[in-house]
Amino acid sequence: MRRTLLILRRDLRLALRQGSDSFAAVMFFVMAVALFPFGVGPEPNMLARIGSGILWVTALMASMLALERLFQNDYDDGSLELLALAPLPLEAVVIAKIAAHWIATALPLIAAAPVLALLLHAPAEILAPLALALLLGTPTISLLGAVGAALIIGSRRGGVLLSLLVLPLAIPVLIFGVGAVEAALMGLPARPYFLVLAAFLLAALPLCPWAAAAAIRQALE
Amino acid sequence: MTRFTGDDVACVRGERTVFFGLSFQLGAGELLLLTGPNGSGKSTLLRLMAGLSRPIGGRIQWDGEDIAAEPERHRSRLQYVGHADAVKPQLSVKENLGFWASLARDGVSPGAAIEDALAAFGMEALRDMPSRFLSAGQRRRLALARILVAPAALWLLDEPAASLDDAAVQALDHALQSHGANGGIAVVSTHIGLAGETATRARVLDLTPARARPVVGTLA
Repeated sequence: MRRTLLILRRDLRLALRQGSDSFAAVMFFVMAVALFPFGVGPEPNMLARIGSGILWVTALMASMLALERLFQNDYDDGSLELLALAPLPLEAVVIAKIAAHWIATALPLIAAAPVLALLLHAPAEILAPLALALLLGTPTISLLGAVGAALIIGSRRGGVLLSLLVLPLAIPVLIFGVGAVEAALMGLPARPYFLVLAAFLLAALPLCPWAAAAAIRQALE
Repeated sequence: MTRFTGDDVACVRGERTVFFGLSFQLGAGELLLLTGPNGSGKSTLLRLMAGLSRPIGGRIQWDGEDIAAEPERHRSRLQYVGHADAVKPQLSVKENLGFWASLARDGVSPGAAIEDALAAFGMEALRDMPSRFLSAGQRRRLALARILVAPAALWLLDEPAASLDDAAVQALDHALQSHGANGGIAVVSTHIGLAGETATRARVLDLTPARARPVVGTLA
């Protein structure tokens, strides 16, 4: 546990010093969402209706951007080998790296989402459900993405491959994430959607680090 | 009595047999030098010894127990320096070393050990420098300082002398000597000769294909 926190702290410090990866993801998110009113026309009703979908899809794309380098940097400079040889299970290393990645990239996205929702003319009552849905959904996406990121270690043009591998798996999260916001919009209870999102997270939490660690071992052979 | 042994080890990379029928026996305080031309499998053998990959045939054992049986126990007794330096350019020299030190050690604060390791490789003055300004030789020194911050019974060093200057090679030599004096085992791959006593004390395992194959388990 102490060692897991140590890796988490190191990765956060690296993300903070480097900055570019998580900053790029947030800027991509803001930029892509800001483009939609130009593309579909600035009609407030239309934007309010499709707003939650836009936010979720672009948030998903933005997290793919940053996930590509999750293990690659450590693999390139030899750190991943040493982390695999450290006296803690590789699964714990993976969990620490995912947690650091989520804090560094997904939290800023979640913070930006309500602001962008207002930009899309979304009614104020969906802001809280939107943030909560993202809060429950993005960890699952990071976990799924970690499996993809571990599988593409060492491959060229890994980013495209990563999206092809991970995005189909993220569809259920997308459906229920958007569903929660839509339900709030129509005044229906959003709770069932949150529960399903939480269930996805609980299923991914033990399975994904295990799969990602197996993929990393394979890559290091 | 600590014993690190390999018995009839074989390794295949891709479709090519890198080596087979390779045996070695190391007791406490002994140093094994791996020699041979590029591509003869020195790094591969070190990775097998670290447990990063598995041999396709044969056994590698520590005190009679296969290293794959208890991978975590094996990992906690070894220090590995690969050909990559694992130095993060965004962190300072001390932060880089500090991370690996606290990761390897149990509980105790590694402060003093970090200072000692930096001093051993003449890096004290660079303590707070961002690692992105280090030269290749300095990064190598930093990677080697890592093996001193946490005590380990087994050192596996892949071409440790690459891009080191004379002073640093001497420091490495000295580190290997005191490691041996404390009963530690070291396996070092090199095509550059190590200096002085370390070299004379060392046993040599030549992986040159023509020499390694006909004589099963060469140990000069």
